Amino acid sequence: MSEFLQFTFIGLQRGAVYASLAIALVIIFRTTGLLNFAQGEMAMFSTYFVSVAYDAGLPLPAAVVVGVAGGFLLGAAAQVLLVRPVSNRSMGNPLPIVIVTIGLFLGLNGLAPRMPWGETTRPFPVPFGTGSIELLGATLSHRTIGTLLVLASEVAVLWLLFQKTRLGLALRGVASNAESSSLVGIPVNRMLTVGWGLAAAFGTVAGVLSVEGGVDNTLMISPLVFAFAAATLGGFDSELGAVVGGLIVGVFSELVAHYVDLVGQDLKLLPAFVLILLVLLLRPQGLFGRAQVTRV
Amino acid sequence: MPGGGELMADELLRVDGLDAGYGPVQVLRGLGFTVDEGEIVVILGANGAGKTTTLRAVSGMLPASGSVRFKGQEVLGRRPDQLCSLGMAHVPQGRGTITDLTVDENLRLGAYTRKDHAEISADVASWYDTFPRLGERRDQAAGSMSGGEQQMLAIARALMSRPTLLLLDEPSLGLAPLVTKELFARIADINRERGTAVLVVEQNANLALSVAARGYVLETGQILTSGTAEELQNDDAVRQAYLGR
Amino acid sequence: MAGDSRSTGVYGALGSVWATLSTRAAIGPAWLRKAVGWALLAGFLYWIPTYYPESVVTALTKTVCLAIAALGLNLLTGYTGQISVGHGAFFGIGAYTLTILVTDHGWGYPAAMVVAAALSFVVGVIVGLPALRIKGLYLALVTLGLASLFPLAVKRFSDLTGGSQGKRLRPPLRPPEGSGLANDQFIYYVTIAVAVVCFVLVRNLVRSRVGRSLIAIRDNETAAATMGVNITRTKLAVFGVSAMLAGIGGALSVLDSRFVNAGSYQIDRSIEILVAVVIGGVASIAGPILGAVAVVFVPDRLPENLAVWKPVMFAALLIGLVFLAPGGIMGMFKRIGGEARVALARRAAADDGDTSA
Ligand SMILES: Nc1ncnc2c1ncn2[C@@H]1O[C@H](COP(=O)(O)OP(=O)(O)OP(=O)(O)O)[C@@H](O)[C@H]1O
Ligand SMILES: [Mg+2]
Repeated sequence: MSEFLQFTFIGLQRGAVYASLAIALVIIFRTTGLLNFAQGEMAMFSTYFVSVAYDAGLPLPAAVVVGVAGGFLLGAAAQVLLVRPVSNRSMGNPLPIVIVTIGLFLGLNGLAPRMPWGETTRPFPVPFGTGSIELLGATLSHRTIGTLLVLASEVAVLWLLFQKTRLGLALRGVASNAESSSLVGIPVNRMLTVGWGLAAAFGTVAGVLSVEGGVDNTLMISPLVFAFAAATLGGFDSELGAVVGGLIVGVFSELVAHYVDLVGQDLKLLPAFVLILLVLLLRPQGLFGRAQVTRV
Repeated sequence: MPGGGELMADELLRVDGLDAGYGPVQVLRGLGFTVDEGEIVVILGANGAGKTTTLRAVSGMLPASGSVRFKGQEVLGRRPDQLCSLGMAHVPQGRGTITDLTVDENLRLGAYTRKDHAEISADVASWYDTFPRLGERRDQAAGSMSGGEQQMLAIARALMSRPTLLLLDEPSLGLAPLVTKELFARIADINRERGTAVLVVEQNANLALSVAARGYVLETGQILTSGTAEELQNDDAVRQAYLGR
Repeated sequence: MAGDSRSTGVYGALGSVWATLSTRAAIGPAWLRKAVGWALLAGFLYWIPTYYPESVVTALTKTVCLAIAALGLNLLTGYTGQISVGHGAFFGIGAYTLTILVTDHGWGYPAAMVVAAALSFVVGVIVGLPALRIKGLYLALVTLGLASLFPLAVKRFSDLTGGSQGKRLRPPLRPPEGSGLANDQFIYYVTIAVAVVCFVLVRNLVRSRVGRSLIAIRDNETAAATMGVNITRTKLAVFGVSAMLAGIGGALSVLDSRFVNAGSYQIDRSIEILVAVVIGGVASIAGPILGAVAVVFVPDRLPENLAVWKPVMFAALLIGLVFLAPGGIMGMFKRIGGEARVALARRAAADDGDTSA
């Protein structure tokens, strides 16, 4: 039982990371109906920003703020320079934009080791330290607690932003009906830019939370797939779904890895992958999504 | 046309030589008309004549060439949101409510270009008075309302921006005759009280002409006839084609 | 080398026939010109390994393997509008299946090749089913998962696969005795032969009734559905064939490298195949070959200090092509050709105008 609890705790910590990145995926999907394959690599890149700021002497929280701002700019720039011109030309066909996000995935991944911050793994502090407490016979690390608290505050920020601000209302308006939104005076393109920026900002948090020992360009490759599993499970158009989905995916894959020998620690991705297939097969709109997904 | 593009003192909208279409299909051919400040103008025309296209080109939703002058400025090529900030509000055909937002949120979003928070709330409340159905359903998703209710919401939302010019594309579509009548009465009220000019496309020509000052008849992207509401009501061709008598 | 004197001859012949083929006022009936063209191409493909050194032949073999995989992805994307980020995994499935069956179970090459192809098909169908039933680019998502999972699975089951250390293919495929061919030459010919079969099959598939229904699906799913095309089944079959082609390419690629390891089948392999398709132009049959040349043959010849920039260059190419030439290189050729024809027609018209004035 305590063993079960132990791995549930670890799963919750991982799941919180997947949830953070899934939030980013959902923000993009809601505003543009796109799967952003570069979300993970954008997060990796802005985690480098955090690392550089931290090494320059800033305290970690301040460095994270710098990275989040950098992530916002990176996301916004990607939208303005690449996504917007392509979507203007592709007339509703999502394929060219998806190819662009895959190109961005490849480009950012290849560019990271070529940047002035160096080719080798950059050391990075473990967020929230290495301490822990005992709970019901299992060890609950400070890191798990901290990570879950960060996720909780992300949810709060998201809720306040989308439900309580004019900007959030406008973003939701654009997500639901861009044409009508422009008719009430909302600058749609600017909102899409803000949406990409926001997504990348949330992604930065996911990047920092997922660091294990150091930052390199493989940081977000597998979290991206887990995050896609989380968003699929929760429903691509639901932030709440992303959070719940992330936690479920985290715990589920951790437990399966521990209890099913065939899977083991190496193949933790397998349960998440199977989850994606099953959700698409049985409930394509996910747990919290609206049933916009149609069969062909 | 006399004056040829020269702006009259009370002219709010002047459209000249408007060409627009969809890809290779040209729909509007050198269209021209005007709307004065505080005036209600109706556009009549058969299905496919280009009425919707006209409104879309005027409000910046569709690329067009020619000239659209609003409040004395050339506005052709500006985006819909910029025109909305300038005081033009457009209720597109088929409503265009933002279905994922609640009724209340739709109305508040309508006031996106305004900063006077207290008055925004007062305006929302006044719309709930006008259309009690909306008030009853204020926290319901707009998409879950009936077609007529959504039409009311779309019009109320457009007026939330306190426009100088309201473009209405077939507001009666899907509304019960009684509700349509009420709606037009309300439009006339708003026009009288706030001086909001209205350019309305309407199939119910009788009703539209009863509140309008002037009208234009559109055929295959060109103005066929124009005149005061009274003249059009008495025009034989118009009567046959649009008034059903 | 005897090839030296032969090469100028072949080039000369190629040049003159090319010139003949490309002028409208060609001699002989169309079928004859076509036959001569094909014969020439066959001769050219036959001639390459007799002239070029092993390193070039090996690189070409590698290129052809990738071209087959790209052909598979091209079939999928060009004819269903879907995209797969997981063709590297099918490539790997083909490679590992062949290696394991031959090395550990003593199978013959042809049988192992068939099983490798079949297994890729089956995995494709299983993975594709959930995604292809619903609207949207969910196949990309599912195949991303597969591409990420594959190298991990290889490591996890290292008893079977050799894991990160890799696994050797034994016994290697040897040329038949008395053929006088070197290993690399023989493998090149085998690869080319399989590739020709694959290309002809796909070409016939695309031109058949199935092909037309594919186009119908891509352009308008609703219309295709009312026309009575079973969309999910057709899409699934296409994806299966597409995965199978990638598997065949992968299986062929081991003949020469004689080695598989987890590192060679990471997600970048999938993206490489995608880059080849985008370069070559979606929805064309010859495109994948050009794309594969650009992705394998050219970078293999880059100097060391540029090689680390390969992913960035591919990314720039991918994004740049989406911007500049949505139809890829083949599309570009077609467009340039079209523009040239328009320009010629204009000039002709202008000349007419001059003379009549
Ligand atoms: N999106 C579009 N793409 C291509 N052609 C269009 C499009 N929308 C309208 N058209 C064409 O433009 C012409 C004018 O259409 P428009 O919608 O302006 O007509 P309308 O006068 O508003 O008709 P209705 O009374 O039916 O609303 C029609 O012939 C129509 O087929
Ligand atoms: Mg219309």
